[in-house]
Amino acid sequence: MKFNPDKNGYYGQFGGSFIPELLYPNAKELEDNYIRIIESEAFQKEYKALLKDYVGRPSPLYLAKRLSEKYGATIYLKREDLNHTGAHKVNNTIGQILIARELGKTQIIAETGAGQHGVATATVCALMGLECTVFMGEKDIERQAPNVARMKMLGAKVVPATSGSKTLKDATNEAIRYWIQNPEAYYLIGSVVGMHPYPDMVTRLQAIISEEMKWQLKEHTGKENPDTIIACVGGGSNAAGAFYHYLEDEEVELIAVEAAGLGVDSGESAATSQLGEVGVIHGSKTILMQDEYGQIVEPYSISAGLDYPGVGPLHAHLFETKRARFMNATDKEALTAAYELTRLEGIIPALETAHALAVLPKMDLKSDQTIIINLSGRGDKDLATFIKHLEE
Amino acid sequence: MIKNKTMNSIQQIFQKNDKNLLSIFFTAGFPKLDATKEIIEELGENGVDFIEVGLPYSDPLADGPTIQHSSSVALRNGMNLDVVFNQLQEIKKKNTTPLVLMGYVNQIIKYGEDAFCEKVVACGIDTIIIPDLPMVEYENHYQTLFKKYGITNVFLITPQTSEDRIRKIDSLTEGFIYMVASSSITGAKGEISTQQIDYFERIKAMNLQSKLIIGFGISDNETFTKACEYGNGAIIGSAFIKSLDKNGVEGIGSFVKSIVS
Repeated sequence: MKFNPDKNGYYGQFGGSFIPELLYPNAKELEDNYIRIIESEAFQKEYKALLKDYVGRPSPLYLAKRLSEKYGATIYLKREDLNHTGAHKVNNTIGQILIARELGKTQIIAETGAGQHGVATATVCALMGLECTVFMGEKDIERQAPNVARMKMLGAKVVPATSGSKTLKDATNEAIRYWIQNPEAYYLIGSVVGMHPYPDMVTRLQAIISEEMKWQLKEHTGKENPDTIIACVGGGSNAAGAFYHYLEDEEVELIAVEAAGLGVDSGESAATSQLGEVGVIHGSKTILMQDEYGQIVEPYSISAGLDYPGVGPLHAHLFETKRARFMNATDKEALTAAYELTRLEGIIPALETAHALAVLPKMDLKSDQTIIINLSGRGDKDLATFIKHLEE
Repeated sequence: MIKNKTMNSIQQIFQKNDKNLLSIFFTAGFPKLDATKEIIEELGENGVDFIEVGLPYSDPLADGPTIQHSSSVALRNGMNLDVVFNQLQEIKKKNTTPLVLMGYVNQIIKYGEDAFCEKVVACGIDTIIIPDLPMVEYENHYQTLFKKYGITNVFLITPQTSEDRIRKIDSLTEGFIYMVASSSITGAKGEISTQQIDYFERIKAMNLQSKLIIGFGISDNETFTKACEYGNGAIIGSAFIKSLDKNGVEGIGSFVKSIVS
């Protein structure tokens, strides 16, 4: 498949493994084993069984009639919000925890931004009886209190990242530094970012989303392929999963929606593809928001899951080759879209997901157009923000 | 052994003396933007064998809290690659202590790989350390680039680096291998454990062609002396930065004496 990385983890010019020598044995161990493990019958059996009975997959593909009516197209929602723990993140953590166990690891570390990946990691660690440490930016700990409480209840240790800007990128730095000092730990990365083989491994584990979309859409419409798939992108794991099995079906339009924050040119944005340049972050060469001397710039978005200064190398490649179309939505547009979905369909989406919904009014839709929006997570964790803006 | 090639500045040091070499690391722009010249002069006058100039970076993955802090302060002070290159070019004529640059790969990519190398050469520097540049990326791309400018890349080895890989690194090395003393980020403290001694002995017994300079966790006379039993010298970074923070440039002489006495 032409969108898989090469042996050094490159998608075109993006990817690779820019890591300190101290991490080489860890990354190498994973690189040498992940495909073998994922493709093994034993893994597939257990992964699929857990996804079905524990996560609740397949997640429904729901025809959103009132939303469709409003926009004059046929819009389906891939309901990742109905997964156990409330988002697509658990697809990846279930897979990686099985890989970690196969590699004989007993201590799990993870980074988290909004806390969804932290919760999904703490959940699978509880399930497997493994020790769990989650690094989370001090600022994110404040703005995502419910998820911090969930992680703690699940038995995870939550370590505040107090360096740099105290958000997701710093939590990732701290997780990597901890890993350097504790090479026996397993680093369970939550998105399609980081050094090879993480971007590919996480993509493969999230690919279940588009695998299901194909047969589900066929059941609904008789055709596997929609005209358009829309997903939000921070690091890009839900988009990678929603796009994966359609990457080679060039007639399917893929739309990645980034967070524009207060506006792409406002100086307070996380629209990496629009504002970034080629660089290296967390071991991967990708598109990165940085200043003229290569210092990494802190992005901004109302959504803690989208304010990552880079984007996974697969997405950088899809952007560069124009296989995917990159759009963006501001904080305000996302909030409006969240309210709209709630009132039209009775579904409260995560703030991240709301960005994907927010591009509908900006698109030139045709009446016979079939669209799948990846509804990556539910909005319970964002209620405080929603309530605040409801009052305004 | 290097054949038919001019020796780089660090190799020339080794030719004069290859025992108990002391290298000091500092972050350019810390504690003050214009401290670079004074720090290099003081270190040179106090007999430091070579100096590592750290290019402050926003996201220094391999560094502990002390160097992270010094980097943040330096960046806040307005340090950037153009400023540091100008400073180093100015002191080039007077300075006789070889300098090694240490920075992260993203700084090089963003500055422009050729532009970066040109500036390095213009500063009279021929040796660089990039902790997040792995061997495979070096071989696939940077080796050719650096060769073009006569720049030597220093590789790191760690307690986890396999023998095969160390042999390969040794064959790619002109000068010294940076031997990371333990599985840690910079500044991780303390004494040298028996486990570390086993690792030092294992590497020493490999009889590599490269010199070995030991760093990470070397902080005082005791750890420096111990490291020098196994390597050709050692690098001190975080401990020096702490001293700079506390005693300023005036304290450099007594800091160096406390290490080598």
